[in-house]
Amino acid sequence: MSASQTFETIQAHPEKRKMPKVSLGAELLCDLLIQAGVDTIFGYPGGAVLPIYDALFDAPLRHILTRHEQGAIHAAQGFSRATGRPGVVLATSGPGATNLVTGITDAFMDSTPVIILTGQVASEKIGSDAFQEADIIGITLPITKHNYQVRNIADLPQVIADAFHIATTGRPGPVLIDLPKDMMSGPAQRCQMPEPAPRGYRVPKAPDPVVLEQVAAEIKRAKRPLLYIGGGIISSKSSEDLREFARRNQIPVTSTLLGLGAYPAGDDLFVGMLGMHGIYAANRAITECDVLIALGVRFDDRVTGKLERFSPHSKKIHVDIDPAEINKNVPVMWPVVADVGMTLRGLLALDCVPDAEAWRRQIAGWHEEWPLSYRPAQDGLKPQRVVELLAEATKGQAIVTTEVGQHQMWAALFYPFTRPRQWITSGGLGTMGFGFPAAMGAQVAMPEQTVVCIAGDASFQMNVQELQTIVENKLPVKVAILNNGFLGMVRQWQQFFHERRYAESRIGSPDYVKLADAYGALGLRAANAHEAEAIIEQALRHDGPVIMEFLVHEEENVFPMVPPGAGTDQMTLEWEEA
Amino acid sequence: MERILSVIVNDRPGVLARVAGLFSRRGFNIESITVGSAEEPTYSRMTIVSHGDDAMAQQMVVQLMKLVDVIDVHDISREKVVSRELALIKVRIAKETRMEISHILEPFRVSIVDVGHTSMSVEVTGDTEKVDALIGLLSPYGVLAIARTGVTALVRSGISEADSYDERQTAWPM
Repeated sequence: MSASQTFETIQAHPEKRKMPKVSLGAELLCDLLIQAGVDTIFGYPGGAVLPIYDALFDAPLRHILTRHEQGAIHAAQGFSRATGRPGVVLATSGPGATNLVTGITDAFMDSTPVIILTGQVASEKIGSDAFQEADIIGITLPITKHNYQVRNIADLPQVIADAFHIATTGRPGPVLIDLPKDMMSGPAQRCQMPEPAPRGYRVPKAPDPVVLEQVAAEIKRAKRPLLYIGGGIISSKSSEDLREFARRNQIPVTSTLLGLGAYPAGDDLFVGMLGMHGIYAANRAITECDVLIALGVRFDDRVTGKLERFSPHSKKIHVDIDPAEINKNVPVMWPVVADVGMTLRGLLALDCVPDAEAWRRQIAGWHEEWPLSYRPAQDGLKPQRVVELLAEATKGQAIVTTEVGQHQMWAALFYPFTRPRQWITSGGLGTMGFGFPAAMGAQVAMPEQTVVCIAGDASFQMNVQELQTIVENKLPVKVAILNNGFLGMVRQWQQFFHERRYAESRIGSPDYVKLADAYGALGLRAANAHEAEAIIEQALRHDGPVIMEFLVHEEENVFPMVPPGAGTDQMTLEWEEA
Repeated sequence: MERILSVIVNDRPGVLARVAGLFSRRGFNIESITVGSAEEPTYSRMTIVSHGDDAMAQQMVVQLMKLVDVIDVHDISREKVVSRELALIKVRIAKETRMEISHILEPFRVSIVDVGHTSMSVEVTGDTEKVDALIGLLSPYGVLAIARTGVTALVRSGISEADSYDERQTAWPM
C-alpha cells in the first residue's frame, strides 16, 4: 500500500488512529495532528520538546529521525512537494529551531505547505536568554506565511486548525507553531478539531466573470499568444485544465523551473523552460509574443532578465491567487486575482481560439534553428548524457529532486517531466543541500515510486549526513552525483565574468563508493557513458539506497544562458574561449 | 506622494512587529505609525504615513492585506480625511521672551502643560503642517525637546463606513 493510500485509509477511518490517552498538552498536540490527517513527522529531539517526544512514544504517528534539523525540514518539503499535503517537521528550541531557518525560507519562496513545530523554553523563562532560547517567532516573521506561539493550551486546537488551513490554502506556505515546554507538559483535554477561523485571513477564489470575458476576447484576438505557466498550476491542481485549455485553443506553453511537469514535455505545444537557462525557442517566444497569458507565476528575475527587454510587445494577462505578485515586477493589462484552476475552467467555457497557425510554425522554426543540445563527448562523460540515461532508464517516470547549480539546470532541461509533482527542486531560494533530504521525504511519501536525486558533488556534501537516515529507514533513494570537481555554476560564472579566475570553486570530494559503503548503502562509479548506463541499471535493480558517482567533464557549461543584466532574447548559445 | 494608510488589525502581541517588519524589508519608508484601540475592542487601528508612487502604494496595500492579522487596509491618501497629530514641545523661556512666546502660542490654541523658570512645555494638536509651523516659530527661542505622536486619521463622515470588517467584501486594489 502506498503512503497516499495509507493516508486515504486514515482519512476515511480516523478512528483507527487515536492517541491512547490525552491528559497532557503534548498528547493533545499529537491527537490534533492525527485529526489533521498527519501520519508522518520529520524531526529531531531536544530538551524543550522532551514532553512531545514522550507523547510520540505512544502515538500512531511515524517519526523519521534525521541527522540534522535542516535535513528534517527539507524532507518535509519533499514530502509536501511530492504529495500536495503539508509536510510536518518538529525541532527543539534554540539551535533546533534556527537550523530550520533555511528550509523555512525555501518553503516560503517556493510556496510549499509545511507545518513547523518548534519547542520553546517554558513560558516564565521566555525573554530571559534562557538555555537554548531563541526568538524563533521574531526570526521567522519574514519567512513564514504566519506563525504562532501558544501561550495558553486552550488555544492549541484553534491554532492547529488555523495553521493547517493557512498553510494549504491560497498561496501555500510554511506556518510555524512555537510550543513552550510548560504548555506541552501541562494538563490538557481531548478536543475535537475546531473549524479553521483565522480572522483577517482571506483567500481569493473565483475570477470576476466580466474580466474573464474580456480576457477571453483578448486571447481570441491574439496572433502570437503564449502561455507562461509556473508552480501555481501545480499548487492549484489544475494541470489537467491547463492541458485542455492549451490543446483546445492550440496555444504554445512555456514553463518556469517550478512549473515543469504541469504541462508534459514532448507535447507539440510545449516550448520548454524559459529564463536564464531557458530553451532558445522559449526565450524567443516570450520576447516576440503579442498576448502573454501568465498563470501561477511571479515574473521572477531569473525568468524576466532585464525588465525593459522582457516581452516588450505583449499585452499581459496575469492570473495569480496572490494579489501581491500582480504588478510587482511587471505591470500587466489584465490582472486576475483568483484561483488559476477556476480561471482556466471559466475560460474553457468561453470562445478564445486565436488564429495562431503562423506563430506555431515560427516557434517550430526556432526549435530547428537552435534545438536543445550539447557537444557529445569524444571521451569521458558529459553530465547532460547522464541525465538522458537516467531519463531513459526510468522511462521518464521517476520523481526527480535536485540540489542547486549546473546539474539542476541539466536535469530541468534534459529530463522530460510529464506530470505534476514529479519534479522537486529549490527554485526561489536556490538552496544547495535541498535535494538529497527532499528525495528522502518524497520517498517516505511515495514508497512505491522511483525517487532519483540528481546532485552536484558540492551540493551533496551539504547534507550528506542524511545518508544514515535513508539507510536506517530503508529508503531506496537513488542519488546521481554529477561530479565535476567544481562548484560548477560558480565556476561557469567565473569563467565568463571573472576571466577564469577560479577562486575557491575547485572543491574536493570523498571517495563516494567508500562513503556509501561506510553508511551501508550501495556505492557505484562511472567514468564513461557505457559504465554510466550499466551502473544506472544496477542502481535501479537494487532495492536499497544507492549513491552513483559520475565523473563528468569538469568545465562543461550550461547553455543557453541569458547573462545577468541582459534581455531574454540576448542569449549566449555557445562559448568560445578567446 | 504622501500616503496615509488606515489599517485595522487584530489586537494581538507582535502585530506591530509584523507590519513594521514588512515595511522595512520591502523597502517602504515609514514617516510615522500610530497604533491604538479601534471601535471594537479586539481590533486596533494603525495609521501609517509613507511616501510612494501609485504602484508602490498598491504593493503596500496588498502586502499588508496578506498578513493574516491584518483585517482591512484603506489607502486614504486621496480621500477627505480628518487627520491629527499631537506634539509636546519644550521651549526655553526667559523673562524677556515669555510674553513674545505667549503671543505666538495664542492662535495655535495650545495648552501649556508645564512651566518652569527656564523652560515650558506646550501641547499642540492639529495636522502635520500646523505642528511644523509652531515648531518653526518656536525654534529661535530654543526648542529643548519635542515628542510627536505621528498622524492618526479617519475618513470623513459618509464615506465608506463599513458595517463590519468581518463581512466586508475585500476588493483587491488592482
